[in-house]
Amino acid sequence: MIWLDFLKAFLIGGAFCVIGQLLINTTKMTSARILVGFLLAGVVLETVGVYDYIRDFGGAGASVPIIGFGSSLARGAIEGALENGLLGAVSGGIEAAAPGIAAVIFIAFIVGLVATPKTK
Amino acid sequence: MNAPDKEYLALVREKMPKTKHLTTLFRAFWTGGFICCIGEALTLLYSNIAPTFSKDDVSALTTITLILITAVLTGFGIYDKIGAYAGAGSIVPITGFANSVVSSAIEHKREGVVLGLCSNMFQVAGPVIVFGISSSVVVGIIVLIFKGAFL
Repeated sequence: MIWLDFLKAFLIGGAFCVIGQLLINTTKMTSARILVGFLLAGVVLETVGVYDYIRDFGGAGASVPIIGFGSSLARGAIEGALENGLLGAVSGGIEAAAPGIAAVIFIAFIVGLVATPKTK
Repeated sequence: MNAPDKEYLALVREKMPKTKHLTTLFRAFWTGGFICCIGEALTLLYSNIAPTFSKDDVSALTTITLILITAVLTGFGIYDKIGAYAGAGSIVPITGFANSVVSSAIEHKREGVVLGLCSNMFQVAGPVIVFGISSSVVVGIIVLIFKGAFL
Protein backbone atom coordinates (compact mmCIF):
# COMPACT_ATOMS: atom_id res chain seq x y z
CA MET A 1 0.00 0.00 0.00
CA ILE A 2 1.63 3.22 -1.21
CA TRP A 3 -0.82 5.49 0.61
CA LEU A 4 -0.01 3.85 3.92
CA ASP A 5 3.69 4.70 3.38
CA PHE A 6 2.74 8.32 2.77
CA LEU A 7 0.56 8.39 5.87
CA LYS A 8 3.39 6.95 7.98
CA ALA A 9 5.90 9.45 6.56
CA PHE A 10 3.43 12.26 7.27
CA LEU A 11 2.82 11.15 10.85
CA ILE A 12 6.48 10.54 11.79
CA GLY A 13 7.78 13.66 10.03
CA GLY A 14 4.98 15.74 11.51
CA ALA A 15 5.65 14.35 14.98
CA PHE A 16 9.32 15.40 14.85
CA CYS A 17 8.27 18.91 13.79
CA VAL A 18 5.77 19.09 16.66
CA ILE A 19 8.58 18.24 19.09
CA GLY A 20 10.66 21.01 17.48
CA GLN A 21 7.78 23.48 17.76
CA LEU A 22 7.24 22.52 21.42
CA LEU A 23 10.93 23.31 22.04
CA ILE A 24 10.55 26.70 20.32
CA ASN A 25 7.38 27.55 22.24
CA THR A 26 8.56 26.48 25.67
CA THR A 27 12.31 27.20 25.68
CA LYS A 28 12.70 29.91 22.99
CA MET A 29 15.53 27.92 21.42
CA THR A 30 17.00 29.34 18.22
CA SER A 31 16.87 27.28 15.05
CA ALA A 32 20.61 26.47 15.19
CA ARG A 33 20.21 24.92 18.64
CA ILE A 34 17.15 22.96 17.54
CA LEU A 35 18.97 21.60 14.51
CA VAL A 36 21.96 20.59 16.67
CA GLY A 37 19.66 19.00 19.27
CA PHE A 38 17.81 16.91 16.69
CA LEU A 39 21.08 15.93 15.02
CA LEU A 40 22.59 14.69 18.30
CA ALA A 41 19.36 12.86 19.14
CA GLY A 42 19.65 11.09 15.79
CA VAL A 43 23.28 10.13 16.46
CA VAL A 44 22.41 8.72 19.90
CA LEU A 45 19.27 6.87 18.74
CA GLU A 46 21.17 5.31 15.82
CA THR A 47 24.07 4.26 18.05
CA VAL A 48 21.80 2.47 20.53
CA GLY A 49 19.96 0.86 17.62
CA VAL A 50 16.52 2.46 18.08
CA TYR A 51 16.49 4.57 14.92
CA ASP A 52 16.40 1.51 12.63
CA TYR A 53 12.86 0.80 13.85
CA ILE A 54 11.79 4.43 13.35
CA ARG A 55 13.24 4.41 9.81
CA ASP A 56 11.57 1.11 8.94
CA PHE A 57 8.23 2.52 10.03
CA GLY A 58 8.49 6.13 8.90
CA GLY A 59 10.41 5.91 5.61
CA ALA A 60 11.04 9.44 4.36
CA GLY A 61 9.34 10.73 7.52
CA ALA A 62 12.39 9.48 9.40
CA SER A 63 15.09 10.31 6.84
CA VAL A 64 14.02 13.82 5.73
CA PRO A 65 14.09 15.54 9.17
CA ILE A 66 17.55 16.56 10.38
CA ILE A 67 17.40 13.77 12.98
CA GLY A 68 17.73 11.35 10.05
CA PHE A 69 20.87 13.18 8.96
CA GLY A 70 22.32 12.53 12.43
CA SER A 71 21.36 8.88 12.25
CA SER A 72 23.04 8.43 8.86
CA LEU A 73 26.22 10.09 10.22
CA ALA A 74 26.28 7.61 13.10
CA ARG A 75 25.46 4.66 10.83
CA GLY A 76 28.34 5.63 8.53
CA ALA A 77 30.72 5.83 11.50
CA ILE A 78 29.58 2.44 12.86
CA GLU A 79 29.93 0.73 9.47
CA GLY A 80 33.28 2.45 8.84
CA ALA A 81 34.65 1.41 12.23
CA LEU A 82 33.60 -2.21 11.73
CA GLU A 83 35.05 -2.42 8.21
CA ASN A 84 38.18 -0.25 8.31
CA GLY A 85 39.06 0.16 11.96
CA LEU A 86 40.31 3.55 13.17
CA LEU A 87 40.42 5.17 9.72
CA GLY A 88 36.83 4.08 9.06
CA ALA A 89 35.74 5.34 12.48
CA VAL A 90 37.07 8.80 11.65
CA SER A 91 35.89 9.03 8.03
CA GLY A 92 32.71 6.91 8.07
CA GLY A 93 30.37 9.60 9.33
CA ILE A 94 31.35 12.30 6.88
CA GLU A 95 31.40 9.77 4.04
CA ALA A 96 27.74 9.00 4.72
CA ALA A 97 26.89 12.70 4.95
CA ALA A 98 29.04 13.73 1.97
CA PRO A 99 26.31 13.86 -0.73
CA GLY A 100 24.10 16.11 1.39
CA ILE A 101 26.86 18.44 2.57
CA ALA A 102 28.45 18.73 -0.89
CA ALA A 103 25.05 19.47 -2.45
CA VAL A 104 24.24 22.11 0.19
CA ILE A 105 27.58 23.89 -0.29
CA PHE A 106 27.53 23.81 -4.09
CA ILE A 107 23.88 24.76 -4.55
CA ALA A 108 24.01 27.49 -1.89
CA PHE A 109 27.12 28.94 -3.56
CA ILE A 110 25.45 29.06 -6.98
CA VAL A 111 22.12 30.42 -5.69
CA GLY A 112 24.00 32.94 -3.52
CA LEU A 113 25.87 34.20 -6.57
CA VAL A 114 22.72 34.46 -8.69
CA ALA A 115 20.11 35.73 -6.21
CA THR A 116 19.99 39.37 -5.21
CA PRO A 117 19.76 40.17 -1.48
CA LYS A 118 16.56 41.85 -0.38
CA THR A 119 16.91 45.42 0.81
CA LYS A 120 15.25 45.61 4.19
CA MET B 1 -16.83 44.19 40.04
CA ASN B 2 -13.04 44.41 40.06
CA ALA B 3 -12.32 41.00 41.48
CA PRO B 4 -14.08 38.91 38.81
CA ASP B 5 -12.54 41.16 36.16
CA LYS B 6 -9.08 40.31 37.40
CA GLU B 7 -9.98 36.66 37.53
CA TYR B 8 -11.32 36.89 34.05
CA LEU B 9 -8.15 38.57 32.80
CA ALA B 10 -5.99 35.94 34.46
CA LEU B 11 -8.09 33.31 32.76
CA VAL B 12 -7.68 35.06 29.43
CA ARG B 13 -3.93 35.31 29.92
CA GLU B 14 -3.81 31.65 30.74
CA LYS B 15 -5.91 30.65 27.75
CA MET B 16 -4.50 32.97 25.08
CA PRO B 17 -0.99 31.56 24.62
CA LYS B 18 -2.38 28.06 24.86
CA THR B 19 -4.58 28.36 21.80
CA LYS B 20 -1.70 30.03 19.95
CA HIS B 21 0.46 27.18 21.17
CA LEU B 22 -1.91 24.64 19.63
CA THR B 23 -2.09 26.56 16.35
CA THR B 24 1.70 26.62 15.97
CA LEU B 25 1.90 22.91 16.83
CA PHE B 26 -0.75 22.08 14.23
CA ARG B 27 0.97 24.19 11.57
CA ALA B 28 4.36 22.60 12.31
CA PHE B 29 2.77 19.14 12.18
CA TRP B 30 1.09 19.37 8.81
CA THR B 31 3.80 21.35 7.02
CA GLY B 32 6.57 19.10 8.37
CA GLY B 33 4.55 16.02 7.49
CA PHE B 34 3.89 17.43 4.03
CA ILE B 35 7.61 18.03 3.35
CA CYS B 36 8.30 14.43 4.41
CA CYS B 37 5.57 13.27 1.99
CA ILE B 38 7.38 15.10 -0.84
CA GLY B 39 10.48 13.18 0.27
CA GLU B 40 8.50 9.92 0.21
CA ALA B 41 7.23 10.72 -3.31
CA LEU B 42 10.78 11.45 -4.52
CA THR B 43 12.03 8.22 -2.95
CA LEU B 44 9.27 6.31 -4.75
CA LEU B 45 10.06 8.09 -8.02
CA TYR B 46 13.81 7.44 -7.88
CA SER B 47 13.49 3.80 -6.85
CA ASN B 48 11.19 3.28 -9.86
CA ILE B 49 13.42 5.16 -12.33
CA ALA B 50 16.62 3.48 -11.13
CA PRO B 51 15.84 0.08 -9.59
CA THR B 52 19.57 -0.75 -9.45
CA PHE B 53 20.25 2.02 -6.93
CA SER B 54 20.66 1.01 -3.30
CA LYS B 55 18.41 2.39 -0.57
CA ASP B 56 21.18 4.75 0.54
CA ASP B 57 21.69 6.09 -3.00
CA VAL B 58 17.98 6.76 -3.41
CA SER B 59 17.84 8.53 -0.07
CA ALA B 60 20.90 10.64 -0.98
CA LEU B 61 19.25 11.63 -4.30
CA THR B 62 16.05 12.51 -2.43
CA THR B 63 18.02 14.70 -0.02
CA ILE B 64 19.84 16.47 -2.87
CA THR B 65 16.56 17.13 -4.68
CA LEU B 66 14.94 18.58 -1.55
CA ILE B 67 18.02 20.79 -1.03
CA LEU B 68 17.78 22.01 -4.65
CA ILE B 69 14.06 22.81 -4.34
CA THR B 70 14.66 24.65 -1.05
CA ALA B 71 17.58 26.63 -2.48
CA VAL B 72 15.47 27.85 -5.41
CA LEU B 73 12.52 28.71 -3.13
CA THR B 74 14.89 30.55 -0.78
CA GLY B 75 16.44 32.44 -3.70
CA PHE B 76 13.00 33.75 -4.67
CA GLY B 77 12.15 34.56 -1.04
CA ILE B 78 9.31 32.01 -0.94
CA TYR B 79 10.79 29.71 1.73
CA ASP B 80 10.90 32.56 4.25
CA LYS B 81 7.16 33.02 3.79
CA ILE B 82 6.59 29.29 4.29
CA GLY B 83 8.78 29.51 7.40
CA ALA B 84 6.75 32.36 8.87
CA TYR B 85 3.67 30.12 8.71
CA ALA B 86 5.20 26.73 9.45
CA GLY B 87 7.64 27.45 12.31
CA ALA B 88 9.45 24.26 13.22
CA GLY B 89 7.72 22.50 10.31
CA SER B 90 10.15 24.33 8.04
CA ILE B 91 13.21 24.11 10.34
CA VAL B 92 13.36 20.45 11.40
CA PRO B 93 13.32 18.83 7.92
CA ILE B 94 16.59 18.86 5.92
CA THR B 95 15.05 21.72 3.92
CA GLY B 96 15.46 23.97 6.97
CA PHE B 97 19.15 23.15 7.07
CA ALA B 98 19.48 23.97 3.35
CA ASN B 99 17.48 27.17 3.83
CA SER B 100 19.77 28.37 6.62
CA VAL B 101 22.85 27.96 4.39
CA VAL B 102 21.33 29.57 1.30
CA SER B 103 19.75 32.50 3.14
CA SER B 104 23.01 33.29 4.99
CA ALA B 105 24.83 33.11 1.66
CA ILE B 106 22.43 35.57 0.02
CA GLU B 107 22.27 37.87 3.04
CA HIS B 108 26.05 38.37 3.25
CA LYS B 109 26.65 38.60 -0.50
CA ARG B 110 27.02 42.39 -0.22
CA GLU B 111 30.22 41.98 1.79
CA GLY B 112 31.83 40.24 -1.16
CA VAL B 113 31.94 36.73 -2.53
CA VAL B 114 34.92 35.39 -0.55
CA LEU B 115 34.65 37.27 2.73
CA GLY B 116 30.89 37.72 2.69
CA LEU B 117 29.08 34.89 0.92
CA CYS B 118 31.54 32.05 1.47
CA SER B 119 32.64 32.79 5.01
CA ASN B 120 29.14 33.51 6.36
CA MET B 121 27.36 30.63 4.62
CA PHE B 122 27.62 28.40 7.70
CA GLN B 123 26.44 30.76 10.42
CA VAL B 124 23.61 28.39 11.35
CA ALA B 125 24.74 25.22 9.60
CA GLY B 126 28.31 25.40 10.96
CA PRO B 127 27.42 24.19 14.46
CA VAL B 128 25.32 21.41 12.90
CA ILE B 129 28.25 20.17 10.83
CA VAL B 130 30.76 20.56 13.69
CA PHE B 131 28.55 18.65 16.14
CA GLY B 132 27.53 16.12 13.51
CA ILE B 133 31.04 15.19 12.39
CA SER B 134 32.53 15.34 15.90
CA SER B 135 29.81 13.11 17.34
CA SER B 136 30.18 10.65 14.45
CA VAL B 137 33.92 10.35 15.21
CA VAL B 138 33.09 9.76 18.89
CA VAL B 139 30.58 7.08 17.86
CA GLY B 140 33.20 5.49 15.60
CA ILE B 141 35.71 5.30 18.44
CA ILE B 142 33.07 3.90 20.83
CA VAL B 143 32.33 1.21 18.24
CA LEU B 144 36.05 0.38 18.01
CA ILE B 145 36.25 -0.06 21.78
CA PHE B 146 33.05 -2.09 22.19
CA LYS B 147 33.16 -3.86 18.85
CA GLY B 148 31.32 -6.93 20.12
CA ALA B 149 28.09 -5.03 20.82
CA PHE B 150 27.77 -3.76 17.23
CA LEU B 151 28.56 -6.90 15.21
